[in-house]
Amino acid sequence: MNGKPKIGVYVCHCGTNIAGVVNVEEVVQFASTLPDVVVARNYSYMCSDPGQALITDDIEKFGLNRVVVASCSPRMHEPTFRKTLLSGGLNPYFLEMANIREQCSWVHEDPIAATEKAKRIVEAAVVKARRLEALDVKEVDVEPACLIIGAGIAGIQAALDIADAGFKVYLVEKSPTVGGHMAQLDKTFPTLDCSACILTPKMVDVANHPNIELMTYSQVEEISGYIGNFEVKVRKKSRFVDMDKCTGCGACAEVCRMAGRIPNEFDEGIGMRGAIYLPFPQAVPAKYTIDKENCLFLSKGKCGESPKCKEACQAEAINFDLQDEIVEFKVGTIIVATGYDVFDARKKPEYAYGVYDNVLTALEFERLVNASGPTGGKIVMLERGKKKKKKEGEEVEPPKVPKSITFIQCVGSRDKSVGNEYCSRVCCMYTAKLAHLAKDKIPDCEVTIFYMDVRAFGKGFEEFYDRVRREGVRYIRGNPSEIFKRGDKLVVKAEDTLTATPLEHETDMVVLSVGLVPRSDNREIIDLLKLSQSSDLFYLEAHPKLRPVDTASDGIFLAGVCQGPKDIPDAVAQAKGAASAAMIPMASGKVKVEAQTSVVNEATCRGCGFCVAVCPYTAIELVEVNRNGWPVKVARVNEALCKGCGACAAACLSGSIQQRSFKDIQILPQIQALGVK
Amino acid sequence: MCAEELDFITKYDLLGCIQCGRCTGGCPVAMRTPLRVRCFMYDTQNEERLEELSERPEIWDCTTCYTCAARCPKGLEPLEVLIGLRSIQIEEGRVQPTVRDALESIFKDGNPWGSPRAKRLDWIKDLEVKILEPEAEETTDVLLFICCTDAYDPRVMKVAQALVKVLQAAEVDFGLIGEDESCCGSEVRRLGEEGLFEMCDEENVELLNSFNVNRIVAISPHCYNTLKKEYHGLKHPVLHYTELVAQLLEDGKLQLKGEIPKVVTYHDPCFLGKQNDIYDEPRYIITRIPGVEFREFDRCRERSLCCEGGGGKMWVESESKEERLAEIRVTDAKELGAEVIAVACPFCLLTLEDATKVKGIEEEMRVADILELLAEAL
Repeated sequence: MNGKPKIGVYVCHCGTNIAGVVNVEEVVQFASTLPDVVVARNYSYMCSDPGQALITDDIEKFGLNRVVVASCSPRMHEPTFRKTLLSGGLNPYFLEMANIREQCSWVHEDPIAATEKAKRIVEAAVVKARRLEALDVKEVDVEPACLIIGAGIAGIQAALDIADAGFKVYLVEKSPTVGGHMAQLDKTFPTLDCSACILTPKMVDVANHPNIELMTYSQVEEISGYIGNFEVKVRKKSRFVDMDKCTGCGACAEVCRMAGRIPNEFDEGIGMRGAIYLPFPQAVPAKYTIDKENCLFLSKGKCGESPKCKEACQAEAINFDLQDEIVEFKVGTIIVATGYDVFDARKKPEYAYGVYDNVLTALEFERLVNASGPTGGKIVMLERGKKKKKKEGEEVEPPKVPKSITFIQCVGSRDKSVGNEYCSRVCCMYTAKLAHLAKDKIPDCEVTIFYMDVRAFGKGFEEFYDRVRREGVRYIRGNPSEIFKRGDKLVVKAEDTLTATPLEHETDMVVLSVGLVPRSDNREIIDLLKLSQSSDLFYLEAHPKLRPVDTASDGIFLAGVCQGPKDIPDAVAQAKGAASAAMIPMASGKVKVEAQTSVVNEATCRGCGFCVAVCPYTAIELVEVNRNGWPVKVARVNEALCKGCGACAAACLSGSIQQRSFKDIQILPQIQALGVK
Repeated sequence: MCAEELDFITKYDLLGCIQCGRCTGGCPVAMRTPLRVRCFMYDTQNEERLEELSERPEIWDCTTCYTCAARCPKGLEPLEVLIGLRSIQIEEGRVQPTVRDALESIFKDGNPWGSPRAKRLDWIKDLEVKILEPEAEETTDVLLFICCTDAYDPRVMKVAQALVKVLQAAEVDFGLIGEDESCCGSEVRRLGEEGLFEMCDEENVELLNSFNVNRIVAISPHCYNTLKKEYHGLKHPVLHYTELVAQLLEDGKLQLKGEIPKVVTYHDPCFLGKQNDIYDEPRYIITRIPGVEFREFDRCRERSLCCEGGGGKMWVESESKEERLAEIRVTDAKELGAEVIAVACPFCLLTLEDATKVKGIEEEMRVADILELLAEAL
């Protein structure tokens, strides 16, 4: 294949896209006069089958060993023509694309000047083509296992799909149970399915699936490697409860001296738990966990005479000496499904959340209406922070039932003042659902929703919105501005914008429809996996339309709300998409890695490390080598990690690091041919 | 009128408005006046209507408290649209005589109260205070910027006197501008007199920059806000007195020996709280006065209620017959069991004190600036 270059030049009309401005005949005429050009042709659509056949025929007929296609951006059809070369028996890297569409015909109007420019571009491509080298496409093996971070509904669904397909799944969840936010919900909109009823079977499935290794109360600590070969280190935090012995009977929690004194995260703090606890009855695994910050024995070293939980546990599962465990394993792909936080309503002080007991977030209200919640599903007025009277014989007043409940939409969404410009997509509908449930449970309750726009865009949403209004839920258009107190009533200060009437709306309870925000601990995952964020700070997908579950890093995929607000069906759909995408390399068993990687001339490298600093893929490291008896540091490229971006080559002061197909000796003459002296 | 001034859409980013209603919803005067600032955000998008809209009497009901802007989810400032409409009226000379007189007095004598410049220092009486010389070689730590209302109003000047006593007790090195001191122009800008405000800005910046001081301390939140955020090219840092005094207390430089055995509440001035996020310092000071039992209003801090003293309202009479906000405020204080409403703004002092008289509770409810309480506790 070496020896004298024999170049074929193919100029594409692209219909009128190119030929409408550029005189392609003239460009062909010109190309045929260039050194080493054996044949030059034009054709209406080079990417079509007959177009490609022109090339393969000429390779055979003229013994071509280099091909220049003058057409569109290499982003479009470079892969197409590389395959053409391959089928013609040439190394695919003997192709050079001359972009005379995006960089010429589309941006110029003068046909004469555009034709001249097209000639320059083609000549430059020919000059470079003469210097192209054959490159090998390497393949690496793919470990047939997937790490899924986060076991909410997205992580659970992805895990089940991949495991059902026969691949190993490591499902890592930070909290003591799987289920995520969906497990906290009572009903789902707009169908009013019981959230737990549809979720818990899947929770049990991930725990029992032979292909899934579930690690709850665990955190990913380190990830290294690349697609096909990621090395993962996970910390399994000690629960101080032997998972094999614990039967989940709950005898320990009943006797815990801290029982009922610690806000239960799962109940959003409106229900209480002890230091040893199960987040909720259907938690998976159904094993108890000791929260060491709040356990008297673990934090203070003393719990009465001896810890009551230990005495109560017949299975002898409690062991205060249990330590964290570090687990290491290898996977081929990773799915990030870390979910979201709800907006912190304290950032909107005008709504006095945290000041008044009966200003709730929607998620707190969700726990209040949930049959497995702290009130058994009874909607009652809250008395926060007050200890229950314990005196014998004293009558405890039953909690009051609200006569009016008012919802405020868009709290922390569509709001520049808190930095969240986006719509959270779920609040309009979950509010309608909660309003429906409130009306259902307390029929004479006056339920009001203050909104600015109702976005009922999904399947069955508008119908549900219609239904809820007809049930007597009052919608007032106007986003409230303030909450204060008058007597024992809360006053919502707002304007009914449809009638331009300012209101001081009195109510017993206010529910803030808080939006979805990126998790406060997002940074941990970003640092582990080098993920990018979009301007809303959710994780960034590789392409907003066509690669919605991919990330910029090969082999790492996104599922669920960590990528942006979405409802349950959308999160499940994306999870299934991510599972399918992750299974592609695992099913084929091999992945091709970039051939146009960087290469270091170790003889001239000075080991300054600039390339290491600029590499966005951490593909370069400094290693010590022996140079004439002296130990020196030089850069070394991990070709599996290198994406061929060229940043290192641009940064290198001595020209010792070069990118294949873009070496100085290849691109400097090309630039010169463009007329740059 | 030039086209540039007319372009409300660009100047106030009106197309960014989504008509959510948080501005009017939060507006403290919306319940007692016809003002619907949200409607102005929509209506002023039609250039042809500007003249007519500027003639609406309710544009003068705005107290420029800034609640509408603080609540806007799109970062807009609806109150500025009302000020823009006021400008149209001002430019055509169609203003209430009281407003005209105040503006003329500022132009002529550097204060809105119709008093001569020569009387600007009368409030000092027998206090010994350094008058700063421009371009002095020696640096003075603090320049006290005295609000016109503190300088001329017989009630409010007691606050300025208290400030002098407090700073002297703490041995702070401070001085005054003297008779050359002029109105900051805060109310001028809010009444819509843009040209006169530009003059205040230019002349005051030049004057203030001529003094060799470390910092400027303003007694009024209105002056503080204007000096700090609206002037161009001021080289000294600007503090409100509550920031300085809180620091003096924290550093142990100010000792309080006297006792004030009263139930005290605090009314957040809009220009200090909502507009400059100074909520903690005033509370820090009050709670360090021996004997004080501090109680918060239900509507406090970010949710505080405006007293209606700002935005030029001292010179514009409201047509509303509804209860004034200051009256609601003193009634709330009474229900709270407070004996003293502490304030940190000359306008709040006047409006709330007036409201105690209207409500006939002036005997049982004292309205006092934090500085007056401090001076008594020295």
